[in-house]
Amino acid sequence: MTERPTHTARPTHTEYHPRWLRPHMSTYWWLKRWAHLSFILRELSSVFVAWFVVYFLMLVRAVNTGAANYEQFLDWSARPAILLVNLVALAFVTLHAVTWFNLAPKAMVVRLRGERVPALLIAGSNYLAWAVVSAGVAWLLLAG
Amino acid sequence: MPDTIKMQVARYRPEQEADLTFEEYEVPCPPDWVVLDGLNYIKDQLDGTLSFRWSCRMGICGSCGMTVNGEPKLTCATFLADYGEGPVRLEPLTNFPVVRDLVVEVTDFMEKLTSVKPWIVREAEKPLSEGEYLQTPEELEAYKQYSMCINCLLCYAACPIYGLEPDFIGPAAIALAQRYNLDSRDEGAAERMDVLSEHAGIWGCTFVGECTRVCPKNVDPAGAIQRYKLTAALETVKAFVMPWSSR
Amino acid sequence: MARRSLEPLLWILFSAGGVLSALLVPSLIFFFGVAFPLEWLTPPTHGHLEALLGHPVTRAVAFLLCTLSLFHWAHRFRYTLYDGLQIKHLNEVINVLCYGGAIAGSIAAAYLLR
Repeated sequence: MTERPTHTARPTHTEYHPRWLRPHMSTYWWLKRWAHLSFILRELSSVFVAWFVVYFLMLVRAVNTGAANYEQFLDWSARPAILLVNLVALAFVTLHAVTWFNLAPKAMVVRLRGERVPALLIAGSNYLAWAVVSAGVAWLLLAG
Repeated sequence: MPDTIKMQVARYRPEQEADLTFEEYEVPCPPDWVVLDGLNYIKDQLDGTLSFRWSCRMGICGSCGMTVNGEPKLTCATFLADYGEGPVRLEPLTNFPVVRDLVVEVTDFMEKLTSVKPWIVREAEKPLSEGEYLQTPEELEAYKQYSMCINCLLCYAACPIYGLEPDFIGPAAIALAQRYNLDSRDEGAAERMDVLSEHAGIWGCTFVGECTRVCPKNVDPAGAIQRYKLTAALETVKAFVMPWSSR
Repeated sequence: MARRSLEPLLWILFSAGGVLSALLVPSLIFFFGVAFPLEWLTPPTHGHLEALLGHPVTRAVAFLLCTLSLFHWAHRFRYTLYDGLQIKHLNEVINVLCYGGAIAGSIAAAYLLR
C-alpha cells in the first residue's frame, strides 16, 4: 500500500497497514515537565515587559502634565497592589534578562583568529553591558 | 546492586487492542547491561512478540531511540544500573505515530530531511581532472559539529513544538541543513532558505532548548536553529535594502 | 511571499526588543516600581525628570525602548498562546490582538514622547 503517511492523515486498518497510534498532546503539556514549565514562565516574562511599557508611559504622561500629577503618580505607585505587581514584574524581567543573556551566545558564533570565542565570554560581556547600562540609568535618575 | 530489575514495557498490538498497554518483565541487571540488553533478553527469553528497533548497539546508527522513564534516550547508551531499584518504564519515542510496541513511524522526518537537500549542492560540478575540493581545518570546524547527527530523532521526541505543530520541520533537519550551508564546498544556501524560511521552518522554533539537551552527539540543534534565524533575518534585510543584488 | 517575508522582520523586532528590554527594563522597574515607591531612595524631582525627558536623545531611546519592547511582547506572547494553549483556530485573532496592540502602544508612545 503506497498511501502517503502524513501526520494528519488517518489511515484505515488493513491487514498489511496497521492502525497507527497517535497520542494526543494535552493542553497542559507544559505542566508535565519542569523544563517545559520553566520555558513557559520565561515566555510569559514578556507580559511584564509589556506591563513596564504601560507603566512607563503612565509615568511619562504624569511628568508631561505637571508636578502635581507626578506626585500623584508616585503616590499611586506606592499602593500595595501596584507595588506587588511591580515586584512580580521585577522578578520576571530579571528572569527575562538572565535567560536572554545566557542564550545569546547560541545565536552568535564569533570567531577570533580561527578559535571560537567561548560562550561564557559572550554571556559575560552581555552581563557587563547590563551592569554598565543599569549604572547609567541609576546615575541619570539619582545624580543631581 | 540488585540482581534483577523490573522493566515496564509499552505494548501496542493494533490487531488486538486500540491503545497502549504495559507489560512488566523481570530482567537480570549486570553492571554493564544497557536497556537494549534488557530488551533483547526479553525478546530472547521471555516474550518473543516484543517489537523494537536496534542495530549497531554502540550509539552511531540512531535506531534504538525510545522514551526511558519519560526521557528520550538511546537504549544502547543507557545503563540499567543507573535506574537503581527500578522499575524502568519503556515507551515508544514521543511525538511519532506508533506502529507496533516500541516501533514508531519516521517517514515524516525522512520527508522533511529530504526537503532541506542534505547534500553538497553546486552550480557546476568540478570535473575529476581538476582534482578534489580542498578544505582547511578552520573550514571543517565551521560545520563539523552539525555533521555528527545520527538521525536518532531524540530531538524530535523532546521538542514540544514538533508535538504541537506537525508541520514543523524540526531540529535535526535544520541542523543538517546548516551542516551543508556552512560547508565551504556547498553553494546551495539560497535553495535551502526557501524551505527553511517558511512558518513551518525555523520560525516555528521558540528556542525551548530541549533538543540540545537530549542530543547524544552534542550536535546542538538549538544553536544551529538560532544561528540560522539570524542568517535568514539578515538575508531578508539585505534583500529588502538591496533588491538588485542577485542571490 | 508576503507571508514569508514578515516572519524574519518580526523576529528581528522581537530580538531587538529582547536585547533593549533586557538591558534597560530591570533597572527601570527597580527604581520606579520598587525603590522609589518604597522610599529606599529619593525619587527624582519633577523638574529633574522633565529636563531628562526633554532631551531629544532620552526621548528617542525611550521611544525605541517602548516600541521594540512591545513588539518583543507581541511576538513572544503570540507564540505562547499558539503553543501553550493550542488555540490554532484563533490564529488570526491572536495575531491582530498582539501585533495590533504593539502598534497601538507604539503610537501612544510616539504621542507621549513627541
